[in-house]
Amino acid sequence: MDILDYDFMQRALLASLMVGLVAPAVGVFLVQRRLSLLGDGLGHVALTGVAVGVLTATSPVWTALVAAVLGAVLIELVRARGRTSGDVALAVLFYGGIAGGVVLLSLAPRGQATNLDSYLFGAITTTSTEDVAVFAGIALVVLATVALLGHRLYAVSDDEEYARAVGLPVLALNVVLAALVAATVVLSMRVVGLLLISALMIVPSAIAQLLARSFRTTLALACVVGLVVSVAGTTTSFYAGTPSGGTIVLLAIALFLLVTTGVTVRDATARRRHRRRTDVHDAHPHEHGEGCGHQPVFHGDHVDYDHDGHLHAPHLTGTGIHYDEHGSDAAPVHRPGKGAAR
Amino acid sequence: MNRPATAPAVIHLRDATIGYGDVPIVRGADLTVGPGEAVAVLGSNGSGKTTLARGLLGLAAVLGGDVELLGAPVGRLSHRPPAQRGRVGYVPQRHSVTGAVPATVREVVGVGRLAHLGLFRRLGAADRAAVTDAVAAVGLADRLDDPVAALSGGQQRRVLVARALAAEPELLIMDEPTAGVDAASQEALAGVLARVSSGGTTLVVVTHETAPLAGVLTRAVVVDHGRISYDGPLLPGHTLDEPDPHHHPHDTAPRGYRMDQPTVTTRRGGSAEQGR
Repeated sequence: MDILDYDFMQRALLASLMVGLVAPAVGVFLVQRRLSLLGDGLGHVALTGVAVGVLTATSPVWTALVAAVLGAVLIELVRARGRTSGDVALAVLFYGGIAGGVVLLSLAPRGQATNLDSYLFGAITTTSTEDVAVFAGIALVVLATVALLGHRLYAVSDDEEYARAVGLPVLALNVVLAALVAATVVLSMRVVGLLLISALMIVPSAIAQLLARSFRTTLALACVVGLVVSVAGTTTSFYAGTPSGGTIVLLAIALFLLVTTGVTVRDATARRRHRRRTDVHDAHPHEHGEGCGHQPVFHGDHVDYDHDGHLHAPHLTGTGIHYDEHGSDAAPVHRPGKGAAR
Repeated sequence: MNRPATAPAVIHLRDATIGYGDVPIVRGADLTVGPGEAVAVLGSNGSGKTTLARGLLGLAAVLGGDVELLGAPVGRLSHRPPAQRGRVGYVPQRHSVTGAVPATVREVVGVGRLAHLGLFRRLGAADRAAVTDAVAAVGLADRLDDPVAALSGGQQRRVLVARALAAEPELLIMDEPTAGVDAASQEALAGVLARVSSGGTTLVVVTHETAPLAGVLTRAVVVDHGRISYDGPLLPGHTLDEPDPHHHPHDTAPRGYRMDQPTVTTRRGGSAEQGR
């Protein structure tokens, strides 16, 4: 394994492992809250922090963390005041952050390493040993907070008004979530980059949503997806000589397209099968009902009939009755208006 | 010191002004609701009936006068005082519970328990039992682990009712629970509310159609142009013939949402503002 012979690659892989796991764990809540771009905005703000770090010759990871968390708290307070819409507040933060970062970085004395690209898009060679230690601390704090407060964060992200009406500490939870996002942004700044981190928060969640049935499994699956694309992307960027952030994100998007296609094909096949069976059962010799000899099975809001091991659901249409297949385990694939009997 | 031994009021409004920002919507409202009462808050669109309820919930601002809930004042859009936490149930005026991320019925209803648990405690056995009971009460016991998006619109509304019931509230406030809901779900809802009410829970139902819940609600508070114009027994004549505010032609159905049956017909001019 020659990739692990390099110290910088060991550190980069460790960092990518952490960011891959952590970013989707936070991102799922952002998606639920329909605030997917918060990570992007905070990435911009973190750039101002990076610039301050470069100018004052302190570690940019720390200054970025301070700037991003301050920005996160600020935006939640602005949103809570209700005067400015979250949308506008986000935009002001966005552009203020990146403008501040670019202007401040331009003031840095000549000869100083101000490689803007590596902060914005990630570069595997830049992770220092100290960075890895800070990242590990951030990752632990974020994961512990999600484990501890996950259900409350879900409640507030899902229905803020209800949460407020029944007395959950909505503002505090929102600030916590924003701070988690800020911390995750900083965690990403070496491997994925400040401009691309939002993708690693959102895309794994988008993939998991297509496959999972519950919030809990969506969260777990998103973390697995994030971990895989992050480590795989970092490895690829080593061999291909491409920037790590862009490689990771492209990989994630490719996976998203693949899963979307797979799910679409699966649904279409299920519909076709449904239609085929409908043809068979159009020739059904009797209508199911009491005493027809087939065992009635209560299924949600209707009654199915057990027909040699599969379930028949009576489906009345304009042209008569036919029987839909309702599996006992899988959710019934039944779209009104489609697959109706000819 | 010797006051008459009446039960303390669950809701107490004295000359209350409620609105948004600095704009008053409900003015000079006096209202006292005792424990176990079942009150319909009626009014036409834009009358302020929803604002009245939202004022009780801390979702609209109390701009003047007093609004007390369960013996404690409701702050200005602030957090509930500890005395109220977990004791108020709320069913919002939403069509569906479908968020962006899939969630099961069990997960959505589980949120109803959180207000009881402080900041860090997890759902225990008693909480899980309350969730199962609440879901069974609305007739969805066999859908506990189904994604909410797979349910019909009426069933999704019942999930929101179950979430409120899971909190085992002393006061249950519902905003238009029957609007746009199929007949079967309306009947199920009436049954659930009758049981909850006989268990001593105070009910406040904001609605423009009392017929589906006529057997449950006994008192009517009519709001007209921001003022309470009637407060007394619910009479059959109180079934207001209003266009259903939820049937805007522009309403876009969220993913996975489908109506069981259009039960309410819309008259023309349905663009009147709502939600205040």
